[in-house]
Amino acid sequence: METIKLTIDNKRVIVTKGTTVHQAAKQAGIHIPTLCYMNLELLNIENKPGGCRICVVEQEGRRNLAPSCSTVCTEGMVIKTNSPRVLNARKTVLELILSDHPKDCLICPKAGRCELQTLAFQLGIRRIHSVENAEMSTYRKDQSPSIIRDMDKCVMCRRCEMICNKVQTVGALSAVNRGFMSVVAPAFEQDLKHSPCTFCGQCVAICPTGALTEVDQVQRLIRALTDKTKTVVVQTAPAVRVALGEEFDMPPGSIVTGKMVAALREMDFKYVFDTDFAADLTIMEEGSELLDRLTRYVAGDKSVKLPILTSCCPAWVNFFEYNYPDMLDVPSTARSPQQMFGSIAKTYLADKLGIKREDMVVVSVMPCLAKKYECQRDEFKVNGNPDVDYAISTRELAHLMREANINFAALPDEEFDHPLGESTGAGVIFGATGGVIEAAVRTAYELFTGNKCPRIDFEELRGLEGIRTATVDFNGTPIHIGIAHKLGNARKLLDGIRSGLYNLHAIEIMACPGGCIGGAGQPLHQGDSSIIKERFDAIYREDAQKTIRKSHENPYIIKLYEEFLGKPLSEKSHHLLHTHYFEKK
Amino acid sequence: MSRYKMHLLVCGGTGCRSSESDLIVENLKKVLQEKGLDGDAQVVQTGCFGFCEQGPIVKVLPDNTFYTSVKPSDAEGIIAEHVLKGRKVERLLYKDPKQQTVVSDSKHMEFYQKQIRIALRNCGFIDPENIDEYIARDGYAALAKVLEEMTPEAAIDLLKKSGLRGRGGGGFPTGLKWELAHKNKAGQKYVVCNADEGDPGAFMDRSILEGDPHSVIEAMAICGYCIGATKGMVYIRAEYPLAIQRLKIALNQARDYGLLGNSILGSKHSFDIELRYGAGAFVCGEETALIHSMEGQRGEPTVKPPFPAESGYLGKPTNVNNVETFANIPAIYLRGAEWFLSIGTAKSKGTKVFALAGKINNVGLIEVPMGITLREVIYEIGGGIKDGKKFKAVQTGGPSGGCLTEKDLDTPIDFDNLLAVGSMMGSGGMIVMDENDCMVSVAKFYLDFTVEESCGKCAPCRVGNKRLYELLNKITNGKGTEEDLEQLRNMSVVIKDTALCGLGQTSPNPVLSTMENFADEYAAHIHDQHCPSGQCKALRQYFILSEKCVGCTACSKVCPSEAISGEKRQAHLIDQIKCIRCGACMEKCKFSAIIIPSTKI
Amino acid sequence: MNKIKSLSDLRKIKQDVENRLDLREKSDNPERHVQIKVAMATCGIASGAREVMNAFIEKIAQDKLDAIVTQTGCMGYCHAEPTVEIRKPGEEPIVYGHVDVEKAVAIVDKYIKQGELLEGIIPVNYQTV
Repeated sequence: METIKLTIDNKRVIVTKGTTVHQAAKQAGIHIPTLCYMNLELLNIENKPGGCRICVVEQEGRRNLAPSCSTVCTEGMVIKTNSPRVLNARKTVLELILSDHPKDCLICPKAGRCELQTLAFQLGIRRIHSVENAEMSTYRKDQSPSIIRDMDKCVMCRRCEMICNKVQTVGALSAVNRGFMSVVAPAFEQDLKHSPCTFCGQCVAICPTGALTEVDQVQRLIRALTDKTKTVVVQTAPAVRVALGEEFDMPPGSIVTGKMVAALREMDFKYVFDTDFAADLTIMEEGSELLDRLTRYVAGDKSVKLPILTSCCPAWVNFFEYNYPDMLDVPSTARSPQQMFGSIAKTYLADKLGIKREDMVVVSVMPCLAKKYECQRDEFKVNGNPDVDYAISTRELAHLMREANINFAALPDEEFDHPLGESTGAGVIFGATGGVIEAAVRTAYELFTGNKCPRIDFEELRGLEGIRTATVDFNGTPIHIGIAHKLGNARKLLDGIRSGLYNLHAIEIMACPGGCIGGAGQPLHQGDSSIIKERFDAIYREDAQKTIRKSHENPYIIKLYEEFLGKPLSEKSHHLLHTHYFEKK
Repeated sequence: MSRYKMHLLVCGGTGCRSSESDLIVENLKKVLQEKGLDGDAQVVQTGCFGFCEQGPIVKVLPDNTFYTSVKPSDAEGIIAEHVLKGRKVERLLYKDPKQQTVVSDSKHMEFYQKQIRIALRNCGFIDPENIDEYIARDGYAALAKVLEEMTPEAAIDLLKKSGLRGRGGGGFPTGLKWELAHKNKAGQKYVVCNADEGDPGAFMDRSILEGDPHSVIEAMAICGYCIGATKGMVYIRAEYPLAIQRLKIALNQARDYGLLGNSILGSKHSFDIELRYGAGAFVCGEETALIHSMEGQRGEPTVKPPFPAESGYLGKPTNVNNVETFANIPAIYLRGAEWFLSIGTAKSKGTKVFALAGKINNVGLIEVPMGITLREVIYEIGGGIKDGKKFKAVQTGGPSGGCLTEKDLDTPIDFDNLLAVGSMMGSGGMIVMDENDCMVSVAKFYLDFTVEESCGKCAPCRVGNKRLYELLNKITNGKGTEEDLEQLRNMSVVIKDTALCGLGQTSPNPVLSTMENFADEYAAHIHDQHCPSGQCKALRQYFILSEKCVGCTACSKVCPSEAISGEKRQAHLIDQIKCIRCGACMEKCKFSAIIIPSTKI
Repeated sequence: MNKIKSLSDLRKIKQDVENRLDLREKSDNPERHVQIKVAMATCGIASGAREVMNAFIEKIAQDKLDAIVTQTGCMGYCHAEPTVEIRKPGEEPIVYGHVDVEKAVAIVDKYIKQGELLEGIIPVNYQTV
């Protein structure tokens, strides 16, 4: 490969052709501060509009300063990243940005996690030179079921716009207005909830400031917890346990299932259950649906819709309801694990406990912001009472725990409650891209062939590639499987199926990069994609250490069917565990 | 075919049309017909003559009589006297502002004497809606010559030799630009004409497109052949309806003649042009922003490289040149690189069109050889400062340029010299200021424009320009401090140093150059809360000269804030605290007793 | 409209149309051409100046001469109308009186082309604008 030699801060650096000055400096151990620039290398997501001008450096022979994020190294280049000229420029530009930023940092939801705040600290900003009564750019606030937009705090890094358009191809956000008043917003002054937004929340996940944040339900949750008339039960999604530790300074990829359970119990949740249980239930329903379609298809039924698409990701559901209204009968009708849990909790469990559904509060801890929207959908309410009352994010749980003065690291490991706390390894891997379909394969294989599956690990279905396909041999019947994460890849895969590029039986789609582990409700990765990879590996470690790793072997699932549901796809199942989709405009 | 004995050329540029030049044409034709002279004299509506100060203009040929400020009702007189009897209509002739003598022939006007017209060669000479007139002036001969006799490489070489540099502001060598696009291999390439003229007061591109659209079309076709593009686009602001109309007519005529379309002039080269309309955002004059706008994206620039020659419109190699640059090109191919090299300075060849505006006698559009001095332009072509006032500064390069003063007047104008003295060529705006202009306000005016026109992409331009404006506003309100000056200077330097595109990299120039050249004015605003030119309303002070005041009470009656006191027939007095500085008293005083002192009292 | 297929096609069109602009081209640099000024005041028109002017224009076009024909006001020689002033580049102007169509042709052939002075010269004691 062709190499380039250059000098950065008097250090000789050799890089491959095409490397940017910023990357080259990083290679040489020099961290050039940035604001708008973000590179999630392992996920193939990059934002470098060259807009913030914080990363400028001095390049010998160049008239003005060069943005290191978007300046490509050339032979013999001489770069200074910390000359007085650079430092003054960098500081002045940051002061300018701060001069148009609200100063309510103390009570900002992003406080302590704000990249702008960190930068101001790093550059030692002690005052903001500006005019008294300096004008501030402003835009009306907007609150959707999942996301709060406070554009007064927007620094025009354009990360949200990039991810919404380039990665997710949702197109809800773009830069509007000009000059000082320019801001990123939905077109035509729309509210986010009336835009094509899927509430995937990836914009929130990468917003450097408090401009985009989740709807915080912690305070309402605390009120519910203090209400003696309510029985508050909580479920925790698979991806939460491999990320929550980061909020308490544990290394990425730490598995904190037991401490999480202990913490929740400490905070007076009456029952601590596991969404993994509902994931196993999902496999029973979705897997049976796949099986049913496959069997009919093999038998020559032309009306069968294949491939079957997974439906556990609420942002994905929103995406196809908006973009593929002609395909509403293709995805599985199975509800997501969160909603299956809620539905079972407020029927089966409530009956068992002898309480009315109105007196039960179901809380879910999710790595996801779209879950907040999902639990508010009318289909998931009975007489106006939602199956899931509050969906809080991993970050909100961490806030709650900090507020509750919990010493997380010192907590003992505790077990989930029963009956809705028992789960298998198949339930755990729902948290990573490819996991749902692997879990489904583990069960569907055995149900389809009637034989025990010769293996449990389907490595061919794992990985962080955006679109993956694999064929699994169902004892002589080849089953073609497709997997996509990030909605842009979902679109590519779907369009590929329409155009005949792919011939598949089953497809798993997750809206967020890496699946739920990269969800928008997770601790902020702040541009470090290795964190996602650590969580990814942790999910499979957790799976490997489970004694039961196939959903249909979960004893409590078997019991649930015996006691309550009958069998998968039964009438009761249809009523409680399945849903239908609507065209969105 | 009957031969016309006389041609009556009427300016059909936007400026003169807004002064009813359409009606002049109509009336001239009507009167000629009434008098049975329509076979003797031809009325032609041409492009702009450039001397807009004196418009609408009617030029009578063959005796080259130049009628100024013509009204539709003058048609009768021009025909009855001049066409019929050969007597010039004296009252419509141009009067030299300095000599006070009548000059009938444009050749002898100082305004035209030092001009060399290359880009404007056909403006005011031919009927822009008639392709035959363009062809009669050797139009499309350059295209034919290039197609029949030259390889693309040879043609690019000639352009490189000519030393032509981009007239849109950057001054990048045009031949080199073409070569870059030529060298990039791609299935489809594009030629784009940047007609998104945005500098306040500049209108040369509009005038060229209105007066000689074929020269741009021909040059674009040549460019297409040279770089290997079959598609051309003119990005033109929708506020230029007349230019758009004339371009459309010209494009259709060129297609009818086979000068656009498939196998142009029997060659293998195919080329056609479509129009793309801009909404008039200043930043869309920046080539990457322009390309994004054409793609339907937000009109904002991206970091270069990649240059459009590598990845432009739809990711394909794209060559973007400005209207004036294109207009020069046919002439260069016809007359050769040597000819072009013979005009201009060492590093800037040929001519440059400037839009003269401000406090100058001869406002208008001029084309002058590179190397002419600012003094020649202002005092000879421009006829000096209006109302005999004193020259103070000249702003070149529009909002991106700097304010130059008396000491710079003998600088020969070219790309590099203007940069060296702290301004720039830009697209050729030239605004002259006199002693009554406040330079802090001038800087504020330009910043107001840049703030309005910033796209908002990069922080220094988006926020920085706004803060510069606010600081200037503070100073013009008498609230500025010494520290503000330091802020102003530092911010300006940093914005220049860090902004993403040409807009932000140059927007502080008016601030820096006025701070440099008029430090005393800034100081007066800050230390004395005084505006020496009396322009800053908040700092204005009105005084009554007791020796002149007769005590007529007219001023106190008109004062809306009851700030003026005094007995009848006694000298009056203005209470500076009550005064709201509206100036009504000064307007009312018949005895010139009320003044704005030029120094702080 | 016929398509232009080559440089020579283009030249043909140019030749066809260039005389339309001939007058404009020449008047752009009048001092380089022979200037013929026909006095066209009432007195001149009455005695046939218009016909004389047309004769000059036709003759010049016919002979493809480098000359411009313009009209001018009364030169003050009403007794000798139609009067015509001829100004060759770099020479003093000469005024002919009592010019008719025939004489106009003769002026072109003899004086303009060959420099022979003809009869009927009026001594110049004025300047035209």
